[in-house]
Amino acid sequence: MNQDQTRREEPALLPPVDVFEDSTGITLYADLPGVSKDRLNLQVDGETLTIEGEMNLAMPQGMEATHAEVSVPRFRRTFSLSKELDTDKLQAELKQGVLKLRIQKAEHAKPRKIAVQDG
Amino acid sequence: MEFSLFPRDVFAELDRLQREVQQAFEFSPSIRGVGRRGYPALNVGGTHQSVEIYAFAAGLDPATIDVKLEKGVLSISGERKAQLPAVNEKASVHVNERFAGRFHRVVTLTDDLDPNAVQAHYRDGVLHISIKREEAAKPRKIDIQ
Repeated sequence: MNQDQTRREEPALLPPVDVFEDSTGITLYADLPGVSKDRLNLQVDGETLTIEGEMNLAMPQGMEATHAEVSVPRFRRTFSLSKELDTDKLQAELKQGVLKLRIQKAEHAKPRKIAVQDG
Repeated sequence: MEFSLFPRDVFAELDRLQREVQQAFEFSPSIRGVGRRGYPALNVGGTHQSVEIYAFAAGLDPATIDVKLEKGVLSISGERKAQLPAVNEKASVHVNERFAGRFHRVVTLTDDLDPNAVQAHYRDGVLHISIKREEAAKPRKIDIQ
């Protein structure tokens, strides 16, 4: 817990994301260039989803930066999920620095057609 | 549902805002120095032996990235396809921040580089280009006789 809090204070970049929703769930794409699978940390705590990743760049010894648009080697972003999402069915895939997350909706939250009966 | 299911983190948003304001006042070092809003973001560094360029371009097929070095100007171009679903499908877009489309960025390099000693690697969504300095330009220790 304590360690977690100190880590939270470390500055991090906000990765750009695309989020879309269809009838069965939510798909999220996040750009995390430089983050490998072993340095990606996905966490669901209650209804909070945290995406965190450390960049790992191959840098030659003694390199001095002359121009830096990416100045922090870390990404972090949190999202609030809603109840109808089933966090047990979370699929994650990281490919060339792009994270794809698929969160299914719980069965009861999926749209159903309701038959109207003659009355 | 009226609002996004993924509302943005307020503190992260403030953080981003602060960064953007900061960047807006930043001085661009070169006429080609697109300091902000350029895609992909670039970092440049150097050692006595080489110049290292890092382009943060996630999700590309390395075969489609075009890297050219011409008269001391390095250019990186390509295209990133949108991954959003088509409009007619039964899907709604809540957040759309990721870059999509053609991109082109150039870096003016110093003139002590060897155009025949360029290496480019693409790993975890980062394009890393390493250009060696010319032998004559490397620092040498001079013996006193």
